[in-house]
Amino acid sequence: MPNCENAMIDDNALLARSEPATSGARAVLEVENLTKHFDMHHLGKRLLAFEGMSFRVFPGQFLLLRGQNGAGKSTLLRTLYRSYRPKGGHIWLNTDEGRIDLARAADVDIALLRRREIGFVTQFLNPRPRVAAEDIVAEPLRLAGRSKEEALAEARRWLEEFGVKPELWAAYPSTFSGGEQQKVNLARALILPQRLLMLDEPTASLDVGARQALVRRLAALKEAGVAMIGVFHHRADIADLVDSELDLTTKEPCDVAE
Amino acid sequence: MSAMAETLPLDAPRLMPATPILRMEGITRRFGNVVALKNVSATVYPGEVLGIVGESGSGKSTLLRLMNLEDSPDEGHYRLDIPDADGNLFDLDRYARRMLRARHIGIVYQNPHLGLLMRNSSSGNVAERLLIAGERRFAELRARAEDALSASEFPLERMDAPPIELSGGMQQRVQLAKAIALEPALLLLDEPTTGLDVSVQALVLDTLKRLQRDRAITMVLVSHDLGVIRTMADRVMVMRRGCVVEQGLADQIFQDPQHEYTQALVHAKL
Repeated sequence: MPNCENAMIDDNALLARSEPATSGARAVLEVENLTKHFDMHHLGKRLLAFEGMSFRVFPGQFLLLRGQNGAGKSTLLRTLYRSYRPKGGHIWLNTDEGRIDLARAADVDIALLRRREIGFVTQFLNPRPRVAAEDIVAEPLRLAGRSKEEALAEARRWLEEFGVKPELWAAYPSTFSGGEQQKVNLARALILPQRLLMLDEPTASLDVGARQALVRRLAALKEAGVAMIGVFHHRADIADLVDSELDLTTKEPCDVAE
Repeated sequence: MSAMAETLPLDAPRLMPATPILRMEGITRRFGNVVALKNVSATVYPGEVLGIVGESGSGKSTLLRLMNLEDSPDEGHYRLDIPDADGNLFDLDRYARRMLRARHIGIVYQNPHLGLLMRNSSSGNVAERLLIAGERRFAELRARAEDALSASEFPLERMDAPPIELSGGMQQRVQLAKAIALEPALLLLDEPTTGLDVSVQALVLDTLKRLQRDRAITMVLVSHDLGVIRTMADRVMVMRRGCVVEQGLADQIFQDPQHEYTQALVHAKL
């Protein structure tokens, strides 16, 4: 059910106005007054990306980020993932171990949370030399403690689902086409359900079949309670999944037309 | 406000209690009038790769030698969270340092002459490390040397050749095999691929990645090559003129560098 209240922008007191769609559910992510700017020393300039941004995301909720090129959609995702360092405000993540402010958490905790709780899918795969596609995809399961055979079987299932030909499974993806690399990337990123998933243009270089597989997988993850924040160029693909939208040009939350 | 991110790693609120395997605090090292390290602190957690970057003379290799207990600082503490390593390790005498190094710390130097006896056999170089740690059974020595050499992807049919007859890439593999033979708690790498040609460099880095993944060895990697650091490191420490100017997760350092020097370094590379 669409509910724009879940993605709320308020420069002052936050969180007070918004009520979760599923009443009683605790937000996965509570962003308060988040500010990001870049100091470019060689130019002697400070570039403001956004300031005072606040919103919440609940389990199973899909928040779509909107805005023109340069509005800061990817910057927001990267700041939430802590690839970019926040300059003010809080990013509260509610985990089983407790509540942690990603804006201030130690790097070592961020590294751990990225393995266990927070996923990030980009349009780019960074293939490591001499690692087979199926091993790249299986790695998150191996890190989570699954046996090699089990992890590989699951990895192959997802490579097939995303339409990667079986003869490529044991090959090194550094020589794959952009689209094939992206399928490997998606299979890896989505193989292990995480609490919070960020998606930065994941459909950019995909064919129709892979896009459909992605949407099916996202729907299943949503059903399983994974909270998602995404930037999508082909918005029609995920129209049925979106619960709320955040427009970074106007910084206004908006309703989703049903 | 920008101070927020810089102060993160050491005093930030912690969610999961992980004990650092290595903790250095307040290290100052002077050579005559030159201050090579100024009040440097470093923390390394189990299983991670800490990359240290900086130009020549930044103090990164001096810091690594201190981690290997080859040298002592003018000031500072060094603790390792391993058995039989209590208190400040700089208080240990030469013998105790040697034993600690032999059992728990492996090192790969840029220059293989520093790490290997060039005219002894390669397998003998690896076995020497095991002998220091007390292994005396010949068959066991041989088997463990073979295991370490094959983990380093060294061709076993060449294991009895002396390093002097081997290529630079192969010599680095022998150093690596020697360093990991005892499954050290800490593996120190000082410019391990500098001077190797690009394809050999990729093979050595891939071997290191594999070792980290399969054996969960904690590594500290010093390099002036940002590409190497980017491929290998989980966290990065940027040094300049004996000081740590910035540290963070590898993607932070490369995507959102904060310090003027780090920005110049990253922009020069990309």
